[in-house]
Amino acid sequence: MTFTAPVLSYSLLSPMLFLLAGALIGVLVEAFVSKAARPAVQLTVTLGALLLALMQLWQIRGEQSLTAAMGSVVFDGPAALLQASILIIAMISVFLIADGEHFAALPAALPGSEEERQAIQSGNQITEVYPLTLFAVAGMLLFPVANDLITLFVALEMLSLPLYLMAGLSRRRRLASQEAALKYFLLGAFSSAFFLFGAAYLYGFSGSISFSGIRQGIVGGGGNDVLLLIGIAFLSIGLLFKVGAVPFHAWSPDVYQGAPTPVTAFMAAATKIAAFGAMLRIYYTVFANAQWSWTPVLSGIAIVTMLLGSLVAITQRDVKRMLAYSSIAHAGFLLSGVIALNKAGLDATIFYLFAYGIATVGAFAVVTLVRDSSGEVTDLNRWRGLGKRSPFAATSFALFLLAFAGIPLTSGFIGKFSIFSAAYESGAKGVVLAGVLSSAIAAFFYIRVIVLMFFTDATEDGTSVEIPSILTRATVVIAAVITVALGVYPAPLLNFITDLAIFIR
Amino acid sequence: MTTSTSLVYLIALPLAGAALLLLGGRRTDKWGHLLATALSASSFGVGVYQLTQMLGRSTEERPVSQKLFDWINVGAFNVDAGLLLDQLSICFVLLITGVGTLIHIYSISYMSHDQDRRRFFAFLNLFIAAMLLLVLGDSYLSLYVGWEGVGLASYLLIGFWNQKPAYATASKKAFVMNRVGDMGLSFAIMIAFATMGTVSFAGVAEQAENTSEAALTGMGIMLLIAAAGKSAQFPLQAWLGDAMAGPTPVSALIHAATMVTAGVYLITRSNFVFDAAPTAQLLVVIVGAITLMFGALIGTAKDDIKKALAASTMSQIGYMILAAGLGPVGYAFAIMHLLTHGFFKAGMFLGAGSVMHGMDDEVNMRKYGALRKFMPITFATFGLGYLAILGVPPFAGFYSKDMIIETAFNAGGVKGIILGSVTLLGAAITAFYMTRVMILTFTGTKRWDENAHPHESPWLMWLPMAILAIGSVSSGFLLSRGDALVNWLHPLFDHHEEHEQHLLEPIVVSGLALTMVAIGIAIAFVKYSRQDVASVAPEDVSVFTKIARQDLMQDRFNETVFMRPGQVLTTTLVATDEVVIDGTVRTVGKIAMGSGSALRGLQNGFVRSYAALILLGAVALVAAIWVVVQ
Repeated sequence: MTFTAPVLSYSLLSPMLFLLAGALIGVLVEAFVSKAARPAVQLTVTLGALLLALMQLWQIRGEQSLTAAMGSVVFDGPAALLQASILIIAMISVFLIADGEHFAALPAALPGSEEERQAIQSGNQITEVYPLTLFAVAGMLLFPVANDLITLFVALEMLSLPLYLMAGLSRRRRLASQEAALKYFLLGAFSSAFFLFGAAYLYGFSGSISFSGIRQGIVGGGGNDVLLLIGIAFLSIGLLFKVGAVPFHAWSPDVYQGAPTPVTAFMAAATKIAAFGAMLRIYYTVFANAQWSWTPVLSGIAIVTMLLGSLVAITQRDVKRMLAYSSIAHAGFLLSGVIALNKAGLDATIFYLFAYGIATVGAFAVVTLVRDSSGEVTDLNRWRGLGKRSPFAATSFALFLLAFAGIPLTSGFIGKFSIFSAAYESGAKGVVLAGVLSSAIAAFFYIRVIVLMFFTDATEDGTSVEIPSILTRATVVIAAVITVALGVYPAPLLNFITDLAIFIR
Repeated sequence: MTTSTSLVYLIALPLAGAALLLLGGRRTDKWGHLLATALSASSFGVGVYQLTQMLGRSTEERPVSQKLFDWINVGAFNVDAGLLLDQLSICFVLLITGVGTLIHIYSISYMSHDQDRRRFFAFLNLFIAAMLLLVLGDSYLSLYVGWEGVGLASYLLIGFWNQKPAYATASKKAFVMNRVGDMGLSFAIMIAFATMGTVSFAGVAEQAENTSEAALTGMGIMLLIAAAGKSAQFPLQAWLGDAMAGPTPVSALIHAATMVTAGVYLITRSNFVFDAAPTAQLLVVIVGAITLMFGALIGTAKDDIKKALAASTMSQIGYMILAAGLGPVGYAFAIMHLLTHGFFKAGMFLGAGSVMHGMDDEVNMRKYGALRKFMPITFATFGLGYLAILGVPPFAGFYSKDMIIETAFNAGGVKGIILGSVTLLGAAITAFYMTRVMILTFTGTKRWDENAHPHESPWLMWLPMAILAIGSVSSGFLLSRGDALVNWLHPLFDHHEEHEQHLLEPIVVSGLALTMVAIGIAIAFVKYSRQDVASVAPEDVSVFTKIARQDLMQDRFNETVFMRPGQVLTTTLVATDEVVIDGTVRTVGKIAMGSGSALRGLQNGFVRSYAALILLGAVALVAAIWVVVQ
């Protein structure tokens, strides 16, 4: 028996390798660097790794390869765009994470117990969150470039496991946070099982785990269609769970609310890009020729997701839950880009993912600023009159809400417009109709929050707005600038995406 | 065409000043006004440099362009953001930055007691930048940006003392009336794009030949509405008098010398449209003629010195618009009158500011009198401006106004005679009301309040007045010597070298004009110098005076024709909105809230329910695919 050494294109894999190396260094830092220096060192290592990865990605942006890692990893224009989006969003999310206030000093200790008091006194900080973030980002980068089912599954778990942990690290309302983590983990495991089950069926159908093998099986015909259909259905469930599409969305409001807000920001924005990236690749390349089977069903899911997300969002009283439902609605909007199955749909979805991710991180960053003596205030009633007390926070939050609502001169308008027009072009008129309708419903609650902040008098209850740390302020400002810039002058980015976003098979 | 990379500095310097002063806040209070003045002056320096460069090139090479960036690039609609400096725009650039800098200097002293002086200078710089963009843009769209920019700056400066509700209302009035004009401009741009597919000046000029006259007439009328709004021409003139609420340097710069002349610029710049659309051109002449009489008549009845000057501005711009409507022969004279007017009217406004400065902000001329002895410099500079606006040789107005009167007479036929008579009559009325201003302010008996202590203004204020006075004396002679300005602008306008029929010889026109002016002066002397002037405006006056005092009923007209029906319309709309639209929305909202609450029940917090939901979903998904495939 002979072994052949695997041939790896390191330059194409290096963005991920940089992150993994950074994560491993982070683990070593935990072990060997003094407690006092750890936060700064970890922040430097994390941002350094992300920046290196992004720079490397810029270098290789034009390259294409099906055999970056022996056929397991593919690299092409969409891969570069999606990975870059994930990296940029991860970077500004790390700024939020660096504001250590949000994480428990000793998560295992009961809140208010002697152990916790000691942990706080000795200056403990959760710096493990940095390597966890890097591991998750590496998984997210791998997810949309996986070229076979095994790699896809490994990537899925690689991005999920750190997130389960990170969701449970909250300093305030510790039990809710840990409950959220456990829920996320259990349901994630459940959906992973479906995913694997689907992968097995697809292998049964085509006799191959590689995307190209499955595609050939579909194109060639003659296989057992029952295996294929069940395979598509179950694999889809795994992916739809990650993006939070109805009826696989139930975890997201609880987890978004329970997790520390910086983690929620990261999770909501970056996971969505990774999962939709993988979805785009799978539906646009692997399942494209079986379109007849999945488009109608996916359209139905898109419609239900948009409507349910928007409708339930109206009744929310908690800002993080409201944003969670809004994120569900946005998953529906994004699905219409997947259904479009044309070049315009691909371009629009990638643009939308980036624009939405940026606005999401910005919105959650503002949420971290509104606090009282016991931590963040997420009850919307206590956001009354925020515009007077903190014009910075209220104005930027209003901007992000307007972007979510798709009001012109924000990135959200360009995103919605291009994604719906792509879907309309492909004939998915019902989806577009539902999309426009639920956008209108959604606008209702976004604007309600704006009215609450600016045109309602404050109740005197000691809600204060933290003077933002430099990093948090940077996150808000960067997100706001990008949101406006993409709304006012989107042409360069749109052209860049159009030129680059071509899947190779 | 020559290209340049330095045009952008003309705009960038004052714009940077505005940004710095507004963002820098109180920190820049100490030196902000000096920085703003220096930046305005350096912009003037760049303008002078460009002029010298331009003079060194042959006629065809004179226009300079600079492309800034691809602005809009959507399908067939391509607009570059670009600047164009040609023989026409350089005149404006020098006027704006030159007079602008003088007024900056004046304001250092005039506004020295105002705690918001820095903000004032920031707005002034913002105005300079926007006005320069207006005259330097190479397309109607770039012009539009500047057009809105000056509108904003004007709004901010009229309402600079917005703690007084009346002033805030005045700025709102100016803004709203300007919006009407701005709509005209945006319609003109739409017509240009729809019929010619381009909005650049060069593109429209090229396409004008192949475009139907109807489209060009439409565009011309829309441009005229735009010009009427910005230049306070009939029927959009009512805002200018109220705009005098702003600090006097603002009235001098924006509401006399520069911004209000933007309409004249727009029409001369669009000469290719109007030359091909005779109907629109005729309307331009009519609007000019009406306004010049309108303004002059209002001017005779105003006791507020600034409002009298504002009425005069309206009237003088009427002359320019009239000249611009006379076609190729008139454009250059319109611009010449614009430039000379920029000097003498800005000078007189600054003079009025100086008088107010010495009289504790009193604006009522009936409370002045005999100020000549107390403010000799102001009297001298104001007096030179007075001689210039009257058109007494050899002062500036003599050259520019006579040219317009002469061109009007030569327009041919009945039209020529009517227009010529109107301009002559206007000159007589101008002489009357300006003499009235002079007499009431500077001569006669003291009619001040007891605690007024009139005094001459500090040198920072009188120096700009003196420089402008020099312009009032010499600019007309310099610009018309050897037809300098006419030849300079000649390449831009399609000037047919036809031998015009001279209805009247130039010398006859001058003689007639001077006679009319003399009559005007004489009447004013008889009325105001021979008898005592009451310090309170008399009530028992003729019905005509009453109407003139109320600005010829312009506000009542607007109220009856536009405001009242508008109010009825809005109340109806509001009612409809509340019952029909809000009702629908509320119902939809209730349904949405109801269904949202029902769906919310699904979210009960138990993992087992969520897992069950996922399982159900999976079954449903497989079933759905099954159904679809079958």
